[in-house]
Amino acid sequence: MSAETGATDFHASSSKALLDPSLRANFRRAMDGLMAKRAAQFPDPAEWNALRDLAASVRTRALAKLPELLETLEAKCVANGLKVHWAATTDEANAIVLAILRDHGATRLVKGKSMVSEEMHLNDFLSANGVESLETDLGEYIIQLDGETPSHIIMPAIHKNKQQIARLFGQKIRDAVYTEDVDALTATARRVLRQKFFEAEAGLSGVNFAVAETGTLCLVENEGNGRMSTHVPPIHIAVMGLEKVVERLEDVPPLLTVLTRSATGQPISTYFNMITAPRGPGEKDGPREVHLVILDNGRSRIFSDSELQVTLRCIRCGACMNYCPVYTRIGGHAYEAIYPGPIGMILTPQIEGLKRRHELPHASSLCHACTEICPVEIPITRLLVRLRKEAAQPPAGSKVLDAGGGRSRLEDLAWAGWQAAHTSPLLYRVMGTALRLFGPLAPRGLPLLNAWTKSRTVPKRAKRTLQDLVREKGIPDA
Amino acid sequence: MKPEAVYFFGTCVVDLFFPEAGLAGIELLKREGVRVVFPRGQTCCAQPAYNCGYHEEARAVARGQMALFPKPLPVVVPSGSCAGMMKHHYPDLFEGTPEHAQAVAFAARVHELTQFLVDVLGVRLTDRGEKATVTWHSSCHGLREMGLEAEPKALLSQLSNVTVVPLKRERECCGFGGTFSVRYPDISAAMVTDKIADVASTGAPTVLSADAACLLNIGGALEKTGAAARPMHLAEFLWERTRER
Repeated sequence: MSAETGATDFHASSSKALLDPSLRANFRRAMDGLMAKRAAQFPDPAEWNALRDLAASVRTRALAKLPELLETLEAKCVANGLKVHWAATTDEANAIVLAILRDHGATRLVKGKSMVSEEMHLNDFLSANGVESLETDLGEYIIQLDGETPSHIIMPAIHKNKQQIARLFGQKIRDAVYTEDVDALTATARRVLRQKFFEAEAGLSGVNFAVAETGTLCLVENEGNGRMSTHVPPIHIAVMGLEKVVERLEDVPPLLTVLTRSATGQPISTYFNMITAPRGPGEKDGPREVHLVILDNGRSRIFSDSELQVTLRCIRCGACMNYCPVYTRIGGHAYEAIYPGPIGMILTPQIEGLKRRHELPHASSLCHACTEICPVEIPITRLLVRLRKEAAQPPAGSKVLDAGGGRSRLEDLAWAGWQAAHTSPLLYRVMGTALRLFGPLAPRGLPLLNAWTKSRTVPKRAKRTLQDLVREKGIPDA
Repeated sequence: MKPEAVYFFGTCVVDLFFPEAGLAGIELLKREGVRVVFPRGQTCCAQPAYNCGYHEEARAVARGQMALFPKPLPVVVPSGSCAGMMKHHYPDLFEGTPEHAQAVAFAARVHELTQFLVDVLGVRLTDRGEKATVTWHSSCHGLREMGLEAEPKALLSQLSNVTVVPLKRERECCGFGGTFSVRYPDISAAMVTDKIADVASTGAPTVLSADAACLLNIGGALEKTGAAARPMHLAEFLWERTRER
């Protein structure tokens, strides 16, 4: 990303990623494994369809009542003894977190995995303000050690193989010796993190589902670090996007079952935490204060468009990445975005604007693999096309950030020409003939042709078209 | 119920690059006793502009196409992708315009060729060809928009002398994606390179698909690398093996 303009160059970053054989192999292997595990969890198509219909309906109902549910959630959380904070922007959210920490003189924070905190760039912000913010999810810990960002929303260090992690630990962790033994590597991280859990003055987590009727924050995890981060330090701060709310407690199981099965192919995660209140009088453990920070960061704008609103159904399972033939080949970092892959291609342009990210919705062959496996039935492919339209020909009154931001006069002209050629049968025939006569003579420097012929031969127009053949065969015209 | 007559929408890619596949589709229909009408003014289903977000231009082309198929006959299309465009996206494209009802009615008449052969006409094929081995690429829009999976396989399984060796990643995209292939040529190339390696590993000399655009992509990559396998549209393969000579 250019530091001066904030502009990104997905063309360059994706092409660079394709040239990295280790990255290609790591992702292909990992995505193959994840797809196989997920597929094994949904062997019966009828059951799968019933489960995703139910999950989608839970999310649809929650979004239909979103403002009301958020108010209920706030009231319930406050009644339960939590402190609730609203943040319109990531800057506001960071300031809220820092103010809570400063109130308590906290300088050491342990973190469970949270994509919203990635949106906030919280670690950098806290570090600049004198707070040590330590990732405790193993994958997040690995990439934090290496100064990287997540390459996948569920498996943030999936781009690394065990040899790379072994080298990293050997270099960065005191007393760690080089070993490729996965259990030994995990034990090393556990030893470091265990001490940090006891020293930290505050813990921070994300939220998978926030139940409005009970004010319960649900946290799905596999390593126990989420429970340690939220229960050991005296203060717990939870950060969530405002779309994470569900109406009732009974809405949780249908979402949880498709989340864990879609994400990692597990019937249920190792840990599932339901956090409702700080430590009560006479209780021996749990944090003394619990804060909930509810972040907007563009979500209200997405919510205001009835079609694009379904983007907010997402439960962050990451299955769309695992199944994406583009993501599988370039990995997550190439997107230069918090959320990579198909969900990122619809979410990022809406949050960051089409002026900066109009190229992302085009980075798909529209193969529908993501749409087919989304457990909450987000029509990702359809929304990609919608955002392409918003970039090129936004409708009057468009609510998308920087609508029209991908407009190109050259492309406008190209499609005007295409329309002319395909609305006039005569012109269509003339163009077809020109293709046959002059196609082979087309200069090799033409950008479009160059792009095609890098890996393919020039398509050869048939000597006689189907139009010619049906005329010869006397196939009736009417 | 078997209709007396059908319209045939050939698609622009078949018209220009795989005309024999279009003709084969027409012959397969005619052999079942169906009169095939081919309106001469037809050009393109408008998918390229639609997918790129140029919906005004797409509407202009789609409007012209719909007008060429006025009678209440089935419209048979030898492409899952173009059929998917006409069946599933025309209603959206014309949403809020005076032609919306027309688009919905038109969409209901659209059929992909192999689905029409199997589900509507119930064809029975007699294999007259030599022993042959093929592999099958299930094109994405056919597979995931039109639900085209059982039908082409059912047709191939009727050919007694044909062995189908499946691809390892049969359901994965070949990397064409229309303008995607030229907007992101490097990603597209990585995808088609993997696809042709998968084709090569089957050892089959022929890769079949029911979508000409995928064949243009896969075939171009096969030729560029000097690979032995050749692309062929399923309709052409079926017709060549079953026609009486």
